[in-house]
Amino acid sequence: MKARTKFLIGGALVLGTSGFLMASSIRTTGVYYLTPTELATKVSVDPSFYETGVKVGARVVPGSIVRDPGGTFMKFTVTDGARTYPVSYHGIAPDTFTDGVDVVLEGRLDRNGTFRATTVLAKCASRYEDAPQKYQQTPGYRANGAAAQRT
Amino acid sequence: MILIGELSLWIALLMAAWATTAGFAGAFTEREELIASARRALYAMCGFVVMAAAGLWTALLTSDFSFKFVASETSRNLPSVYKFTAFWGGQAGSLLFWALILSCYTAIAVRTGRKSNRELMPFVVPTLSAIALFFLLTICFGANPYSRLDFIPLDGRGLNPQLQNPGMALHPPNLYLGYIATAIPFAYAVGALITRRLDNEWLTSVRRWVLVSWLFNTVGIIIGMWWAYVELGWGGYWAWDPVENASFLPWLINTAFLHSIMVQEKRGMLKKWNVTLVVSAFLAAILGTFITRSGVISSVHAFAQSSVGYWFLGFLLLSIAVTVLLVGTRLRDLKATAELESMVSREASFLFNNLLLVGIAFSVLWGTLFPILSEAVRGTKITVGPPFFNQVNVPLGLLLLLLTGIGPLIAWRRASSANLRRQFTGPVVAGIVALALLLALGMRDISAIIAYTLGAFVLMTILQEFRKGVEARHRMYAESRPVALLHLVARNRRRYGGYIVHVGIVVLFAAFAGLAFKEEFDVSLKGGEQYAAVDPYGHQWRFVSQGVSRYDELNRHTTAVLLEAFRDGKRVGVIKTEKRQYVDSRGVPSFEPSTEVGIMSGLRQDVYVVLAGVTGEDTAEMRITFNPLVWWVWYGGMIMALGGLIVMWPQAERKRRQAGYEAVLEPATTAATPAVR
Repeated sequence: MKARTKFLIGGALVLGTSGFLMASSIRTTGVYYLTPTELATKVSVDPSFYETGVKVGARVVPGSIVRDPGGTFMKFTVTDGARTYPVSYHGIAPDTFTDGVDVVLEGRLDRNGTFRATTVLAKCASRYEDAPQKYQQTPGYRANGAAAQRT
Repeated sequence: MILIGELSLWIALLMAAWATTAGFAGAFTEREELIASARRALYAMCGFVVMAAAGLWTALLTSDFSFKFVASETSRNLPSVYKFTAFWGGQAGSLLFWALILSCYTAIAVRTGRKSNRELMPFVVPTLSAIALFFLLTICFGANPYSRLDFIPLDGRGLNPQLQNPGMALHPPNLYLGYIATAIPFAYAVGALITRRLDNEWLTSVRRWVLVSWLFNTVGIIIGMWWAYVELGWGGYWAWDPVENASFLPWLINTAFLHSIMVQEKRGMLKKWNVTLVVSAFLAAILGTFITRSGVISSVHAFAQSSVGYWFLGFLLLSIAVTVLLVGTRLRDLKATAELESMVSREASFLFNNLLLVGIAFSVLWGTLFPILSEAVRGTKITVGPPFFNQVNVPLGLLLLLLTGIGPLIAWRRASSANLRRQFTGPVVAGIVALALLLALGMRDISAIIAYTLGAFVLMTILQEFRKGVEARHRMYAESRPVALLHLVARNRRRYGGYIVHVGIVVLFAAFAGLAFKEEFDVSLKGGEQYAAVDPYGHQWRFVSQGVSRYDELNRHTTAVLLEAFRDGKRVGVIKTEKRQYVDSRGVPSFEPSTEVGIMSGLRQDVYVVLAGVTGEDTAEMRITFNPLVWWVWYGGMIMALGGLIVMWPQAERKRRQAGYEAVLEPATTAATPAVR
């Protein structure tokens, strides 16, 4: 057999393996990324979506955050404007987690309709170019140099 | 100065436009005066961009809040160093920073390449100008740092506390320097494709720029990891976030190129492949910018997002179209002059190395873009996270590590079995000894065991290479061994610098494998209370809270907790972790409170303490993590950078020829004979 042919076989093996790894990993580790409305639709169509690991992207309803003293257990509400879900989370929230911020939650919806988050990722909204308007609703911000926010 | 800067920006735009049009017109019609004019316009553009940048820096340092950019990125009480670095803290400024680096690179590339690449330069100049033109257009019409407010605020919004870290001064510039350096090889590739001068000459200049890109990219990524680790407080340094992946892609492609170029130099093979890699690295850099700037993919980084991202998408598509067209019409000129002779040869091992690197790059790209792809195809967004990237890349990475050991030892063209036996006996024995040791010590994590075994194997191959070279010099020139070592490296920078990079890679893999043994504890302690834990090495630890203290600093209110740490009953130090509330110059809180992680570092592990909050008067809620071998990541990075510097260090022409790096075919025994000439 020519070396070139051998190499092509070897190369196909390498690429095949990585392709297989990718396909199987996506099947086993891929999770749905949904808005609250999409989650509600999914659940009503297929109840097995309760207690299934999903990601939810939504905004924290201002004023809804209730932290246990010490800050490792908290409850809050997230919304996409149409559908709202209560969330419970045990763990350390990132520094950027606050009222009105966009969050990505990982976790599962329990049968009582509460989303039990295992991770909370908060986007650092202050670096958004469209931040000012959104930020005016957050308490810490209205006070801070309101002039600069009006832009 | 500020006004001059603003004006300069517009003049630079005109210069770039002229350099592009005159350059291409001159190059295609072969009119010398147009070519020369384009070149001068390019130098002038560089000068004006520098002035534009100087103007913005002046505005930032003098806190001129009439500019929107200055007002939204800084405040009066911000330390000067962060006023300076705020330049690249927001969208508009960071684009100008891009343009600044690009024009400086461009001027240097055109200046240094004017003699050696006479035929290509007429096309390289306008290609680079076109890239600069795109950036200047984006800046002037998409995100202008000189856009003004219709009133002057009393104070600015301040810089995000997470950006107030030395990492801010180092990480973005290095990453940018790495990203943008890919533009020069791209321009060379375009020039070489248009003129059909696709022999090996242009690759010499290109290789140097790819090295520049690779080196800064490496340093930038490592500093970014360090920054994330000390600042973000989740206990890790790499999360496979889209933005991180975007910086990793050009690195993978550059690394692949730096290996495959050797195959072209020595054997005249892989020409198409190499051109493709050069172009892909640039496209990956632009794609990365698009991903980070547009917000199409949700990322925790989420900085500076706006419609500017779509400018990049357009530019990306245009670049892809141009290169596909060029490569497609030049396929015949890219024919290889030699064929692969044996699977057991260095060419073959480099080919596999390239396949793996590109495979990893592809899987990273695929995982990053998967949410968009799945939404387009199936209508629902499906995301993949770290488990996906780890499942795919750990096996591929380990294979790559194996090749790191094999590649340098196999002869070119065709290795004999005697050659194989001579080269591999020592390393294989080292690997087996390491494996036996690990099993005896009771390590059970498969990936970690494989990583350490392969690490020992690779280290041994490198040691063996150094020893052989030193011994040969010692015999032939009667040099003492340290002198011989010095000369060996100095005379063969590319080869031995490369080995040093490989040592860095082994150290990095060792550090990554250590992550498997990480342990976390959630702890709640009143002043005076203590917590006991066992670290991954089996040592007994005790942490005694010294209570909570609250005080004010420069531009923040601080809540701090001190933990006294004891290992096996012996006091080893105090760890401080803080919550900071930043305030503006009137004492009003700005931003959310931020966490300062307390880290006690050692060679074996870091003790990493994050303050979650304080209950009542003095009960601190904390997370304590034992993070094994984290420092090895930083050491591995430093070793890689050192190796890269050695490879890059300019060598006089005569010496390079001596060292045997001319593009000629060499006898099959090259690898077996130490390079001592």
